[in-house]
Amino acid sequence: MRIPIDTFRLENGLFVTLSEDHTAPLVAVNLWYHVGSANEREGRTGFAHLFEHMLFQGSADVGTNEHFMLVQRAGGTLNGSTWLERTNYFETVPSHELELVLWLEANRMGKLLPAMTQQKLDTQRDVVKNERLWSMDNQPYGTWWERLPALCFPASHPFHHSLIGSMEDLDAASLEDVAAFFSTWYAPDNAVLSIAGDFDPAVVRTLVEKHFGPIPPSEARPAPPEVPEAETFGMWKREIVPDDVALPRLFLAFLSPVFGSDAYYAASVCGAILGMRKGSRLHRALVREKQVAAEAQAFTYDLTRGSDLLVVDATARPGISAEQLESEVASEIDRLIAEGVTESEVARAVTLIETDMISSLQSAGERADKLSLFATYFGEPRLVNEQVDRYRAVTAEAVNAFIAARLGEDNRASLLFVPREPQDAAANEGVMAEAGA
Amino acid sequence: MSASVVLPSRPTATEPRPWHFPRFERRVLANGLRLIVAPVRKLPIATVALLVEGGATADPEGQDGIAQLTARLMLEGTSQRDGAALTEAFERLGATVEAHADWDLATVSLTALTERLPAAMSLLGEVLRDPAFPAREVERLKSERISDLLQLRSEPRGLADETFAQVLYDARSRFARPDGGREADVEALTREQVQAFYQARYRPAGATCVIVGDLTVDAAAEMAQAALGAWSGEAPIAVQTLVAPARTTRAVHLVSRPDAAQSELRLGHVGVERAHPDYFPILVMNAVLGGLFSSRINLNLREAHGYTYGASSYFDWRRQPGPFVVSTAVQSDVTAAAAREALLEIDRMRSATIEQEELTLATSYLDGVFPIRYETTHAIAAALSALVAFGLPEDYFDRYRERVRGVTVDDVLEAARRHLQPEAMQMLVVGNVSGIRESMEALAFGEVVG
Repeated sequence: MRIPIDTFRLENGLFVTLSEDHTAPLVAVNLWYHVGSANEREGRTGFAHLFEHMLFQGSADVGTNEHFMLVQRAGGTLNGSTWLERTNYFETVPSHELELVLWLEANRMGKLLPAMTQQKLDTQRDVVKNERLWSMDNQPYGTWWERLPALCFPASHPFHHSLIGSMEDLDAASLEDVAAFFSTWYAPDNAVLSIAGDFDPAVVRTLVEKHFGPIPPSEARPAPPEVPEAETFGMWKREIVPDDVALPRLFLAFLSPVFGSDAYYAASVCGAILGMRKGSRLHRALVREKQVAAEAQAFTYDLTRGSDLLVVDATARPGISAEQLESEVASEIDRLIAEGVTESEVARAVTLIETDMISSLQSAGERADKLSLFATYFGEPRLVNEQVDRYRAVTAEAVNAFIAARLGEDNRASLLFVPREPQDAAANEGVMAEAGA
Repeated sequence: MSASVVLPSRPTATEPRPWHFPRFERRVLANGLRLIVAPVRKLPIATVALLVEGGATADPEGQDGIAQLTARLMLEGTSQRDGAALTEAFERLGATVEAHADWDLATVSLTALTERLPAAMSLLGEVLRDPAFPAREVERLKSERISDLLQLRSEPRGLADETFAQVLYDARSRFARPDGGREADVEALTREQVQAFYQARYRPAGATCVIVGDLTVDAAAEMAQAALGAWSGEAPIAVQTLVAPARTTRAVHLVSRPDAAQSELRLGHVGVERAHPDYFPILVMNAVLGGLFSSRINLNLREAHGYTYGASSYFDWRRQPGPFVVSTAVQSDVTAAAAREALLEIDRMRSATIEQEELTLATSYLDGVFPIRYETTHAIAAALSALVAFGLPEDYFDRYRERVRGVTVDDVLEAARRHLQPEAMQMLVVGNVSGIRESMEALAFGEVVG
């Protein structure tokens, strides 16, 4: 199964990928800027993500919050997201509203700064602070996604610091800082525009040229941050976090081959064998058989530079201690090293991954997102059509080579959440009864 | 630099292309099992959803959680293979398979590539006809539910949602308690009760099999006949739960989480049933109030005040009246201020007609986004499942867009006056109670409880 793909580049450097599909009158537009939290300077963390918020605050010809309103009025869905290596913005709209979205995206790429005010910055800073409280501080285990990269990557490493940023850095952000960040990174030559769905390719070319063509490229962009390459941590790193949680939970990370490399696919299949669905090794052994874990899964970060992370995430059953959870997970990893995987386990994993991939390509938004991903990271959106074959090419031998090289005790980082003892739990029980009265 | 860029002015839309919800056909097997098949020829994939009358409102007295436990146990073994072997068999086919019960129905569903669908369907048939409910898996899933409850309650928002149901509904209503049951209820459930629930509720004569994807109606019907034709049983009896509010006067309910960084705030009351004739005016009214990013509540609390990352309102649609809820998490020190703003927005919906601009934002959004909601076989199967669950008319999806566009500002005002009930409103805060009690009392909303 392959989706049709066409590409072209504007003179200002904007790379455009197209994928036609006329089964429904809708179209997805997806714009990736090749900037993420890894591009932030020390003392200026959180800018990439703050920016994602500022981009919905209007531009020269679009009022505050009008972006959301216009797209929703057009009958469309939209959002944006920030990651370590990219920031993206996306809309799916009825196909006759395509030009509206191109206009909105071009207007904020070309003319955001004239509309930026101190008040907008202050409000969005408050919203981001609340986002932090909501998603991290007031959420059991919520700080994991800040702590795990910090544990895995050294302080100087671009992936070390928090994606949402430090509140002090956000407080210190001035309009000038924000403007400088924008001028540096939000330029056509640092972006990929993908359009998937119901459109006329000739018309789309004209529209993209009309709206994005006048935007000048960035004058100077710093070289991408140096990302040190490492095969292993060289040790077993550990952090224990006492937290307001009911059950212990372990994040066990391994440095793994970067996204897109041949070895990545073996690592990804290994992750699926370990922790994809209920037939995976961890679920079967720890949840079903030994019943020491309530949940167990594995995933990769899909980082493209230096090293990727393969992460096992397991939550204890009530009555199981943090130490026991960690040792049970570790012994499953050791068993994997000792036994290796079979072709049959590889086949299960690859078949599941294949169904998921095809299933996700049903949505125009997902198609456009994948095109942007492969175009941004590798300059080649057609890689989206190679993915199933690359997974099918993975052998048990390749997975076992990955296991031997990367799952040993010299390449583990444990982030272990432990229930804070004991007064909080008792206090919570008390108020539950009160609330029931 | 960028100020000097000259960009085109705002474009106008071209003509919309017509679209209709995927055509579906109904059949009935000899055993009474109803089929709904929607051929969707886009990618080589299909979703099957088997719907039975086994939702949580059918939990017998004293057996809270049995519907959910039974649904989840459906995938934990048949008389021919144990849970691990069954899971393995589905996963070797690359099939995503899920089983769960909501308030009204239990659903066992699968998505697979069409070339592997016959094999996956055959397994699904085995699951429906011949589940084994192994004692060991019964005990394991009971303890997984208890572990989920522990997790849920350690999350302020999970705790708020559970507590709010109890604040809204009369204790005798099934809706007052979590659909999956509480610890003591779940601990007391037995394998015999699971078997009895399965026998009473999982019967082809009351069930529907929805099949959506890259295949013909005939092929789907043949597959269903092969997999499920041998299943037998009369239609189960219909069930209802009592629906009544817990109290008739307003009150503020405080739940203490001393270290909470934010307050989880809920406002609401018992709402209306899904099949209510005012559904479309309510849908549009709620979109304006709190259903969209650009809704009044979100623009006020998030964009004007920066109190929160997000605030929304919703009607939880069930066969019988589910709750109407305004939901947000705000910085502790602005809890009372945020509650006041949300209440003002509710009053404003009831006191004057909305602007024409607000109406068209909501209606053109709901109208335009309609095809975008049904891009996947999974989403189409879920929509057809709602048709079954709520007994919606056959032309519901074909008329949806005109019904939305037909709502007027007067309809919205009428819906707000009828279905938003400030005098019955309950407020719940999970957070740092000692820090906010005084300001909550100063709101003079109602009696402060807890």
